[in-house]
Amino acid sequence: MPRTIIEKLWDSHVVHESPGAPALLFIDLHLVHEVTSPQAFQGLRDRGLNARRPDLTIATADHSIPTTDRSLSIVDTIAANQLAQLETNCKDFGIRCLGVHSNLQGIVHVIGPELGLTQPGMTVVCGDSHTATHGAFGALAFGIGTSEVEQVLATQCLLQRKSQSFQVNVEGKLKPGVSAKDIILALIAKIGIGGGTGCVFEFTGSAIRALSMEERMTVCNMAIEGGARAGLIAPDETTFEYLKGRPHAPKGADWDAAVARWKQLPTDEGAVYDRSVSIDADALEPMITYGTNPGMGVSINASLPDPSQITDAMARDSITKALAYMGLEGGKPLVGHPIDVVFIGSCTNSRISDLRIAAGLLKGRKVSPKVRVMVVPGSQEVKRQAIAEGLPEIFRAAGCDYREPGCSMCIAMNGDQLSPGEYSVSTSNRNFEGRQGKGGRTFLASPLTAAASAITGVVTDVRTLL
Amino acid sequence: MIPFTNFESRMIKLPINNVDTDQIIPARFLKTTSKLGLDKQLFNDWRQDPDFVLNRPESQGLQILLAGDNFGCGSSREHAPWALTQWGFRAVISTSFADIFKQNSLKNSLLPIVVPADVHAELFASDGPVKIDLPNQTLTTPSGREVHFEVDQFSKHCLVKGVDELGYILDQEANIAAYEASHPAPINALV
Repeated sequence: MPRTIIEKLWDSHVVHESPGAPALLFIDLHLVHEVTSPQAFQGLRDRGLNARRPDLTIATADHSIPTTDRSLSIVDTIAANQLAQLETNCKDFGIRCLGVHSNLQGIVHVIGPELGLTQPGMTVVCGDSHTATHGAFGALAFGIGTSEVEQVLATQCLLQRKSQSFQVNVEGKLKPGVSAKDIILALIAKIGIGGGTGCVFEFTGSAIRALSMEERMTVCNMAIEGGARAGLIAPDETTFEYLKGRPHAPKGADWDAAVARWKQLPTDEGAVYDRSVSIDADALEPMITYGTNPGMGVSINASLPDPSQITDAMARDSITKALAYMGLEGGKPLVGHPIDVVFIGSCTNSRISDLRIAAGLLKGRKVSPKVRVMVVPGSQEVKRQAIAEGLPEIFRAAGCDYREPGCSMCIAMNGDQLSPGEYSVSTSNRNFEGRQGKGGRTFLASPLTAAASAITGVVTDVRTLL
Repeated sequence: MIPFTNFESRMIKLPINNVDTDQIIPARFLKTTSKLGLDKQLFNDWRQDPDFVLNRPESQGLQILLAGDNFGCGSSREHAPWALTQWGFRAVISTSFADIFKQNSLKNSLLPIVVPADVHAELFASDGPVKIDLPNQTLTTPSGREVHFEVDQFSKHCLVKGVDELGYILDQEANIAAYEASHPAPINALV
C-alpha cells in the first residue's frame, strides 16, 4: 500500500505496540537545552537512572544565554545558575554540551542541521516546540515537555499516538520580495493557529522544491504556530547537497548507502493524506502579523480585520482584545505604522542566508535613527561565516546592534527585550502578549520586511525599496 | 503520580480563545531549575489587573478552569501545567487543546476535558459546581446534565491508578534493546 513519508518515518521507528497503549517510538536524536531539561535530569537522579544513549543526545545553551560579550560574567544570577546546571548535568550524565563558551554553541535548531546531526529518516525531539525545524530534512521532528525529556534521556523512547497527515501544497514561483517566511505566515493566517492540531504537515509542491535548505527550515520551524506538532519536507538533491561533508554526515561508502536509503523516503505515488490545503505561491505577497497570535496575519498592504464585521462573539472579542493590546484600529492597513525595534534572529530566521538577505538590503543604507535594530546570528558557526563575508561591518555601518548567538529577543529571557508599549518588527515566530518583553508589541515578518522597516522606521513593503 | 479521584468544584471562567503558554506562565520565569513555586507566576501578567478572575475572592480554592478554544497553544513548556496544578487546578475544560499542552497535562494529573460547543456555551452561561468522574468519563453540569467526554484509555489508566509513564517504558527494556540491536545509530554525537 502506498505510504506518505510521515507513515514511513512512523513505521520505521515503532519499537513496540501493545493493545490499549500508545506506540513506543525510538528517538534517533535528542537535543537538549538549559530551560526544559533541569527538572528532567533531577528526575533521573531521583530514580537512580542513567542517560541511556549519550551518543544520540547533544546539548547547547541558547534560551537564557546573554547575547553580549561571552568573556564577561553573566549578570543575571538565576540564568547563570541555569546555564551552569546544564554543564553539570551534561557532565554527570556523559552528554556532550556545546555550552556558553563552546565555539559550536548556538540555537539548538540551528546547530543540529549545521553539524549534520539532523538527517533524513530520523526521529528528532527536543524540549522545545520549534523542533519541527529539523523536519526540513525529511525527519519526524517534534517538541516535547520536560517529563518526555526525562523519558527520552532514560529510555531513548517515547509513547506516541499517530498524528494525521496534512499536505500543504505550495505551487508556483515566489515573486521578488516574497520569501519562505511569507509562505508559512500565509499558511497560518489561512488555517489559524489551531488549524493543524493533531497533524503533521508535509510541505509539497514546486515552490517548496525550489527553496534552499535554510528556507525549508524557516517553513518547517513554524509548523507549531499552525497547531501541528511537526512539519516536514521530503529529502531531495538540495537536502543531500546541504548535508554532504558536514561533521556528522556519513562519509564514503556510508554516504552512498545513506543517500540510497533516503531516496526511499518521499511519499509514494497514490498515498492518501488525511487532510490537505493549497497555497498559490504566484499570488503570495509579503506577510505581516498584526495581533497577538501568529494566525493574526495579513498581506502587508491589506486592511486589518474590523471587529464589527465579525459575527461570532468569542472570535470578535479575541480580535478586539488583540487590537486593543496592540494599540491598533481595525479596518486599516499596517503599512506606515511607526516602530521602535527591529529584531533579526531566532530559530526561524538567524541563519547565514537570513543575515545575507538583510545585509543585502542594508548595505550602503542607514537604519532609521528612531529604531533600535538588533541582529543576532543563530550560532557561532553562522557568526564565523558572517565575519568571513564582511556582514557585521555592513550591519554596524547601517547602525545595527550586532550581537552574540542565542534565542535573544524571540523569547526575551535573557534581558534582550521590548519595553512596555514598544513596537517591533521581528523575524521570530511568536507575537503573543509580552512574548518579547512585558507589554511589548510584535509584528512578525520576514528578514526582508524587517530590514526594510528598519531603514524607514515604519512598517514597510520591502518591494518599495528593491 | 497521585491517583486522580473524582471531584466537584465551581469553575473559573476565562472566555478567551487561544490562551497561549506565554500567558499561562511568561518565559522570564522559566529560568528556574525547580518544578516548584510556579503557582505565584500563573497568568502573571494578566494578574496585574486586580479584577482578573484569578484575583477575585470567590475564585480561591476552585479546581476547574473553563477556557476558550485551543487552550495551551504555543511553547512546549511543562511549566504551564505545573503552574496550573500548583495553583490548585485539576481539570481544564475547553473545546480543544494544543497537542503538547494536552500531553504535558496528562502527565501531571491535570485533566484536559474537551466538550462540544453547546456544552461549552452552557457552562459559560451557568454557575454552580461541576462534577467530574474520570472512570465513567462524565462531567455533570451545574444544571445536572451529564455529558460524556473522551479520554484515551491509556492516559485514563495512568491517571486513575497513578501510574507514571516512565515506569511503563522502563518495563519495555527487552523491546528497546532488540530495536537498538537491529538499528545501528546513524550518528555519534559524542565525537
